[in-house]
Amino acid sequence: MLLIPCPYCAETLPEVEFAYAGEAHVVRPSDPSLMSDEEWENYLFIRTNAKGTHFERWRHIHGCGRFFNVVRDTVSDKIYMAYKAGEPKPKIDALLEKQR
Amino acid sequence: MTKFSGFSILKHAFTGHKNWTAQWPESQPKDEYDVVIVGAGGHGLGAAYYLAKEHGITNVAVVDKGWIGGGNTGRNTTIIRSNYLYDESARLFDHAVDLWQGLSQELNYNVMYSNRGVLMLAHTVHDIQSFKRHIHANRLNGVDNQWLTTEECKAFCPPLNTSPTARYPVLGGALQKRAGTARHDAVAWGYARAAASRGVDIIQNCAVTTIRRNSNGSVAGVETEKGFIKAKKVVVSAAGHTSGIMQTAGINLPLESYPLQAFVSEPIKPIFPCVVMSNAVHAYISQSDKGELVIGSGTDQYTSYSQRGGLPLIEHTVAAISEVFPTFNRMRMLRKWGGIVDVTPDRSAIVSKTPVQGLYVNCGWGTGGFKATPGAAHTLAWTVAKDEPHPINAPFSMERFRTGRLIDEAAAAAVAH
Repeated sequence: MLLIPCPYCAETLPEVEFAYAGEAHVVRPSDPSLMSDEEWENYLFIRTNAKGTHFERWRHIHGCGRFFNVVRDTVSDKIYMAYKAGEPKPKIDALLEKQR
Repeated sequence: MTKFSGFSILKHAFTGHKNWTAQWPESQPKDEYDVVIVGAGGHGLGAAYYLAKEHGITNVAVVDKGWIGGGNTGRNTTIIRSNYLYDESARLFDHAVDLWQGLSQELNYNVMYSNRGVLMLAHTVHDIQSFKRHIHANRLNGVDNQWLTTEECKAFCPPLNTSPTARYPVLGGALQKRAGTARHDAVAWGYARAAASRGVDIIQNCAVTTIRRNSNGSVAGVETEKGFIKAKKVVVSAAGHTSGIMQTAGINLPLESYPLQAFVSEPIKPIFPCVVMSNAVHAYISQSDKGELVIGSGTDQYTSYSQRGGLPLIEHTVAAISEVFPTFNRMRMLRKWGGIVDVTPDRSAIVSKTPVQGLYVNCGWGTGGFKATPGAAHTLAWTVAKDEPHPINAPFSMERFRTGRLIDEAAAAAVAH
């Protein structure tokens, strides 16, 4: 079971308290009517499906109820860090270096 | 290739069964092939077989990073059925079920296909309405599916708890009699043996790292751990790892890879005559010929390549099975495993040409690929040989995510496929 740190509650809690909410940093387009079908397809459906470092959203449904982001390795399922929604994507190289 | 028969078993009995020969040779990659198939699961090996048998294309290699059938072909619960709601899905899966019926004879290899029937339980009024709608839609499509009352469900599957005071009372069920199970390993081995006997090379332990393209954009071949293999056509059928390989050819697919777990109990005497699925409590169960109860449910909630999955899913599945079959609640579980399934947004597969000339893809089977093995392989081989969609796989193109013509089985089934 994953142990997930909630940056709002400042606690690391079992996965069953949380709901997965897909890849992070997928930005909703400001004016969809101007988009081509290809751009719309990319926004709606295409995901990186990274094998390795993955930026993803979780929601603390059985806690504070808030969305936040997690950096996880999808091969080892190791969670590197969590950060609040709206914060910029962390620089992953520096982060991995720090973990080592 | 030695033909298997009662006579051959008798003959080999006289020499103590010591003279059986290898069923397919251990191949090393040649420099060039007409078709290279990435992924030696049932789908990839089957496609090689049908390319050789039906289209006369025998200069084919099936390349895998591990051993054949070691991915999701060997990691599923072997349930075969075709009672899907939408016309496109019903046609595709029923084509597969048709091919399953005679597959052992066709391959001269016992895939142990068993028409034991798949029973889907209804626990609520909504389930009843939804299943009856499925039954009517199926019958209009020529797919067998029938409604059973609670008593008929109990008669068909005696271990069922049909007490009206059960937490999830059985209000009836939808039964597909032609559906059932098969032996997963035998499917990979049978297709491998039949394909190899027609000249197909099966190359194991040789990971494909990159798909290389010519300067005009068309496919050139694949880079592997054992060097470059030139190919006129490349087919990717690599389940959870498809999106990564396709990205090396510059194609981004609408796929996400999730672990799907399953487990088996200790073997017991025959007690369970069919396959039972319960969408409301979300689990499915059958008994293998070895006597193990084979149990599964849905994917883990997060994407992962770990081939392991998390404990909450197991707990949920065991709770669901114990609820519907209290008689099993003291059974000990023997083994569990996870396969990495590639899931599309509409939960339907992609069997398609791609924008890259000579590159084809078979993916997105999510949690329900095993049942489709012969149908997927058969129509995929057609598409590769003729460079055009087969009438059955045409709706399953990768363009549908751009045009919006989805086959939304995610909404139709609302649960495990």
